[in-house]
Amino acid sequence: MLYRENGQFKTSYAADQQIFPIAQDRWAILAIVAFAFVGVPLLVDEYLFRAILIPFLILALAALGVNILVGFCGQITLGAGAFMAVGAYAAYNFHIRIEDLPLLMSLLLGGLTSAVVGIFFGIPSLRVRGLYLAVATLAAQFFTDWVFLRVPWFTDNAASGSVSVSNLRIMGWQIDTPVSKYLFCLAFLTIFALLAKNMTRCAIGRQWMAIRDMDVAAEVIGIRPLFAKLSAFAVSSFFVGTAGALWGFIHLASWEPAAFSVDRSFQLLFMVIIGGLGSIMGSFFGAAFIVILPIALNQFLPALGGLFGVSISTAGVSHAELITFGALIIFFLIKEPHGIARLWSTGKEKLRLWPFPH
Amino acid sequence: MNRQFGEAILDLKNVSLVFGGVKALTDISFDVREHEIRAIIGPNGAGKSSMLNVINGVYRPQQGEIILRGRHFARMNPYKAAKAGISRTFQNIALFKGMSVIDNIMTGRNLKIGTNLLLQAIWWGPARREELAHRAKVEEVIDFLEIQHIRKTPVGRLPYGLQKRVDLGRALAMEPSILLLDEPMAGMNVEEKQDMCRFILDVNDQFGTTIVLIEHDMGVVMDISDRVVVLDYGRKIGDGTPDEVRADPEVISAYLGASH
Repeated sequence: MLYRENGQFKTSYAADQQIFPIAQDRWAILAIVAFAFVGVPLLVDEYLFRAILIPFLILALAALGVNILVGFCGQITLGAGAFMAVGAYAAYNFHIRIEDLPLLMSLLLGGLTSAVVGIFFGIPSLRVRGLYLAVATLAAQFFTDWVFLRVPWFTDNAASGSVSVSNLRIMGWQIDTPVSKYLFCLAFLTIFALLAKNMTRCAIGRQWMAIRDMDVAAEVIGIRPLFAKLSAFAVSSFFVGTAGALWGFIHLASWEPAAFSVDRSFQLLFMVIIGGLGSIMGSFFGAAFIVILPIALNQFLPALGGLFGVSISTAGVSHAELITFGALIIFFLIKEPHGIARLWSTGKEKLRLWPFPH
Repeated sequence: MNRQFGEAILDLKNVSLVFGGVKALTDISFDVREHEIRAIIGPNGAGKSSMLNVINGVYRPQQGEIILRGRHFARMNPYKAAKAGISRTFQNIALFKGMSVIDNIMTGRNLKIGTNLLLQAIWWGPARREELAHRAKVEEVIDFLEIQHIRKTPVGRLPYGLQKRVDLGRALAMEPSILLLDEPMAGMNVEEKQDMCRFILDVNDQFGTTIVLIEHDMGVVMDISDRVVVLDYGRKIGDGTPDEVRADPEVISAYLGASH
């Protein structure tokens, strides 16, 4: 009864083209963002920040990037981990090689470098599609794995191949506590999510979706596949690369190439498939599902066992965690192939009519 | 009905198209005058759709040329054709299934959008103004086609007849000077056909758009078109007003299979 747009008349196209045309949505999102910025830092303890919230924010940013490419432009990629690595290592090199370069600039330059590399690895998409493209992007993954392990210049000649950054500050604000890291990543995610939403509701987003849905018709309308596909690769890699830089600088502080292995690429692809292809909201759902659920299961399963007087060993818990997680993924894909975002929007449609069935 | 036509704006000269060993089109020439409704008919496999695909550059003919408003195109491509004001609809509806009706029609405005990606990303100033101006234009198309009630619906959920109408809307949003329609009435019931005829005639009448259409329903073709080209096995076997074509013995034999 509360969630209804009755009486909210729109008198301009501007009002109709807002991100959230329904007033209740606008207030809810505003409240959530305000709570994330103000409420969470006051309420949450350090473990939650480090184990859940910061990884969630950064991976949600990367998932946004992957969703732009896979969900909106329809180009399957298995190279997301590679672009995270490029972002992280490029940002590192800018950081150590250019004196007094502001931290923000290093991170964004890392993203930009990743965008350029993304365009390069996007070129095969002009000729091949679907699974073949996925294989072609896998090349990016193995290539970067090799480069950052074998070419010492990129890791500043570190013998172990591991690099680290310290003493991060932005305009005098030291980023060392979990809360400050959390706020920094949250600010990034908020701004990037807004940019992504704007692009996808604008002309460029329509070009991407047109290429995804029916490329011949898109060409006939005057959309150039070259521009649409490569711009999607560029924007997507920019997002993913920036996320990679944040992952290295803020979350890990010291990392080696294994942090961005092919497992990461798969993880990001699963996030957007489970969360919802072609939905900004879906990227958040997917990231939350994949980051939070294993940890939640880990905490919950021993308690459940205790309820029935069964004590589960640590190894048993981690096995059960994987089994449950896998089963849930299969369940979701069968029940709702369009991901959690579709469940969410169906739910909202039902709520608007509730308590009436039609 | 006294109809006025201009000069020939589209002229096809000796077009031949071959796929491997199959001759899809052989030495076909015809012209289209400004403001007219030109029909292409022929039995299945006659090369009608190939003909449209040649006109807007999806297929490249091995021989022949296309003259559009005095400009010669030996090699047309879809982008050049769109820039030159040619738009089209598809036989098997080729809408963007994941997008709403508004977004589908908005893609038709794509070539008229001038702001760049960065401005669009921040939804600011020129990008926002442009988006709203195009939305207003798209609403005009929606009003014209009487599909106001479904403007926010994803096109995948619409019934076939309405999808055909949205397909036409997307082509109209380009404000084309030449509109190619590939079987706009295939699979429709009588009422839907009548509606579609009305839209085609109104587009031609109100906007002066030149129309080239492929259609199997002879009643419709003979009623609404000004001149008809008849193809059979990739060759042109007839060309003229509906009455002339109807009386042509070669056309009759192609359709009825009479022996010579």
